[in-house]
Amino acid sequence: MTRTSSRWRALQWLAALIAALAVASAAFAIDTTRFEDPEKQAQYQRMTHELRCMQCLNTSIADSQVDLAADLRNEVRDLVEAGKTDEEIRQFMVDRYGEFILFRPRSPWLYVTPVIFLIIGVLVAVRIIRQRSKLVAEDDSPVDDIAEESAERK
Amino acid sequence: MKSLRFALPLAGFLLIALVLYIGVKNSPDRQNLRSVLIGRPAPEWTLPDLMNPGAMLTNASFKGKPYILNVWATWCAACRYEHQTLMDLSRNQEVPIIGLNWKDEDNLAHEWLERLGNPYAAIAVDKKGRVPIDYGVTAAPESFLVDANGIVQYRLAGPMTHSIWKREFAPRIAGKSVVAE
Repeated sequence: MTRTSSRWRALQWLAALIAALAVASAAFAIDTTRFEDPEKQAQYQRMTHELRCMQCLNTSIADSQVDLAADLRNEVRDLVEAGKTDEEIRQFMVDRYGEFILFRPRSPWLYVTPVIFLIIGVLVAVRIIRQRSKLVAEDDSPVDDIAEESAERK
Repeated sequence: MKSLRFALPLAGFLLIALVLYIGVKNSPDRQNLRSVLIGRPAPEWTLPDLMNPGAMLTNASFKGKPYILNVWATWCAACRYEHQTLMDLSRNQEVPIIGLNWKDEDNLAHEWLERLGNPYAAIAVDKKGRVPIDYGVTAAPESFLVDANGIVQYRLAGPMTHSIWKREFAPRIAGKSVVAE
C-alpha cells in the first residue's frame, strides 16, 4: 500500500512539473494573437510562418522577436481579420517588400527547372543505354562466351 | 566526338558553378535589397506634425519639388551617426529633408533635436509604424528620394554619408528637379 502511494506521489509531482513547464512555455511564446474563427487562426499561423522577417532575414515573422516582425504580424492579423485571401496577403507584402519577403518564391522557374533537368537527364541516359545495347547486338560473340572466357582467365 | 564526352560534363559543371557563384554573390541582404517602390509613386500618408501639436502633415503637400523622406528614431544608433550629415545637407540647402519619426516618443525626439540640431523641414510622427511598412522599411535609418512628381527615385537602407549623397542622391536630384510641370 505504501509503495503504490509513493508511486502515486511521484506521478503527482511529475504532473505538476509538466503543468508548470506548459505554463512557462506559454509565457515565453511570442505570439498571443487569437481569432474566434479557427480557420482564420490557421490562416494567420500559416501566413506568419510564410513571411520573412525583413530585419533578421532568415527567420519568419512568426519566429522573430524583432519589433518590425511584431508590426508585420499586426498587419497580417488585420488583413486576416478583414477576410483577405492568402494570395492577397502575400501580394500586400510583396508590394512593399518585394518577392524576397516570401519564403516560398512564386517564380515558376524554381519549380520547373529541376523537372527540365530531370527530363534531360533521362533522355541522355536512354540514349546511352540504347547505344550500348546496340554495340552488344552488333557483337558476334555470344555473351556467355565472354563470361566463360573471363572465368577461364582467372 | 570523343573530346565532347569530356567537354560536355565539364561545361555542365562550369555552368552550375557559375549559376551558384552568381546566386551566392548576389544573395540579398538588407542593405542591397532593391526597394520595390523605385519608379512608383510614394505611398501617401497623413500624420501628426511633431513641431505643431495638433496639426497634421501630409506628403501630398510636398509635391512639386524633390524631397528626402528620412525615417529615424531616437532609439536608432545609426540615426545618431548620420545626423551630422543630415545637418550638413540641410545647411547646404540641397533639398528639403522630411523626417518620419518612427515609433518614438515625442519628448525624446524634441530633446534629440534640441541637442543635435534639426535638419528637417518638417517631421511627421508615426507611433504605430504603419507608414514605414508601406515604404518597405526594414530598419532605421532609411532615406527615400522622392522626385517632383511624387515618384520614388532611390532608397538608401542605412545611414546617409556625404559620399553616398554625392554618388547616389545628387545626380538623381540634378536630373529630376527640372521635371516638374
